[in-house]
Amino acid sequence: MLVQLVGMGAPLAILNTESKKGLALVGAPLGYVVLMLAVPLAAILLISFWTQDFQTFDTTPTLNNYREAVTDPLYRELLFRSIRIAGLVTLVTVLLAFPVAYFISFHVAPERKSLWLFLITIPFWTSYLIRVFLWKVILGFNGVINSGLQTVGIIDEPLTFILYNANAVVITLAHAFAPFAILPIFVALEKIDRSLLEASQDLGENRVSTFFRVTLPLAMPGVVAAVLIVFIPTIGDYVTPRLVGGPDGLMIANMIQVQFLRLNNAPMGATLAVIAMLSVSLIALLFVALNRRFLRGSR
Amino acid sequence: MKSLRSYAILYLIFLYAPIALLPIFAFNDATIIAFPLSGFTTQWFTELPQIPALIDSVKNSLYIAVITSILSTLLGICAARAAAKYSFRFKRPIMGFIMVPLVLPEIIVAVSLLVILLQLGLSLGAWTVIMGHVLICTPFCIAILNSAFQNLDSAMEEAAIDLGETPWSTFRLVTLPLVSPAIISALLISFTISLDEFIIAFFLTGTEPTLPVYLWSQLRFPARIPVVMALGTILVAGSILLLILAEMMRRRGLRRAGLQDKGGFL
Repeated sequence: MLVQLVGMGAPLAILNTESKKGLALVGAPLGYVVLMLAVPLAAILLISFWTQDFQTFDTTPTLNNYREAVTDPLYRELLFRSIRIAGLVTLVTVLLAFPVAYFISFHVAPERKSLWLFLITIPFWTSYLIRVFLWKVILGFNGVINSGLQTVGIIDEPLTFILYNANAVVITLAHAFAPFAILPIFVALEKIDRSLLEASQDLGENRVSTFFRVTLPLAMPGVVAAVLIVFIPTIGDYVTPRLVGGPDGLMIANMIQVQFLRLNNAPMGATLAVIAMLSVSLIALLFVALNRRFLRGSR
Repeated sequence: MKSLRSYAILYLIFLYAPIALLPIFAFNDATIIAFPLSGFTTQWFTELPQIPALIDSVKNSLYIAVITSILSTLLGICAARAAAKYSFRFKRPIMGFIMVPLVLPEIIVAVSLLVILLQLGLSLGAWTVIMGHVLICTPFCIAILNSAFQNLDSAMEEAAIDLGETPWSTFRLVTLPLVSPAIISALLISFTISLDEFIIAFFLTGTEPTLPVYLWSQLRFPARIPVVMALGTILVAGSILLLILAEMMRRRGLRRAGLQDKGGFL
């Protein structure tokens, strides 16, 4: 009995001091995130049930903001458009990124892989504002594409469908989030045991069917991660719709900014932020659930 | 597989097209940003130091970026060390929670901080921007530092303890030199992120704009665009330089740990 107790107690005690040391160390960053993120997010949730009363808040809890947000066609349109654009951006970004990740993982010599990854991440780290503005220059009425195509003589009139609309937002964001899509897919592809692919071909599958029946299912955890990591931040993007979106390309983040900084209606802004977050989370969870058969046993 | 290779190269061109155009227009002798180019000039660059508001915003941004990089790297070291060395309760959810700012839309981070600061009656300024920037930079620092701390051979630390070093001197003499390249890399990356960040600064900066906030205000005036291009050229060149430095540090760190290079940041 005593032996048993000691035998069980000793590792438990070690575990406890180790657990304490670990928690003490992680306490600082954890505390920071709680204080700077969890508490403010709770405040946003709280305020979304208040109303703006000139300079002060009316703190009687009410669902009026939510009612207004779902009935007002402007808010509804902005929210649906944001989800639509974010979805389209995600689709385009991941489809464009997959072959690049595949190429680096399967066809680049191991010692040159990190150079390729570095080259892909560099543009991502350079000033976001300037990059978005340059897309405006590229896509504009007198922009690089239009003046280039006109000089060559392919078109007579400048193309107008590429700036100040949703297309421009999609192109610009697909560019901005490229490394976010490539890196997770690359990591998933790197993990694939190459002998599985040989086995598949030995068993009579050709290259294409090997790709679709072995490589792609095994890469799905990376694809799912890429989709989430592109989709979630995209829906809250402010700069791109503002600079290249025109009136028909504005998104929910622009309205949140207007509510907070222009109309001085923080409760309405908070409500829109909460609704946007909820929709994003719901869609993300749904997406993960739909793909769970690929994710099982991946860790 | 030639087609795949040419696709990848085309994709790189797509990625680099915007920043490749930047210097072209920065040295172009015209106020309109369009082709055809008219002539070579360095006028836009010489105008830069003569704009006091610009100089102030650069100083403000540098101050914010330096403090942010130090604080977020310190927090990153704590988290990465705890994750690598100790097992504790709720480790996975805690680590996951700390990484959340990485995927959260920045506007959400910005407005929620704004609301709480205004409710507490605090005035906006450099410190409030730093608060927000540390929040979004820490996950990047953790991502960089994680691999360094994970690759650390614990036998070396144990040997130092056995040879009579205290835990602190072991950390200073054994652990730190092994992870210092990753620490420098984390400092540089968080500095770059903070210097470039716009949304959080836009909401939390108060009356003293950071450089991106100043840039944003100038984008409305067509006459100022060439100067913005010149400034952008300097910024991009600076960022690329910092990144190359960070990447060299990361590789040196891997070599010190005797490991194979498996890929970039993140």
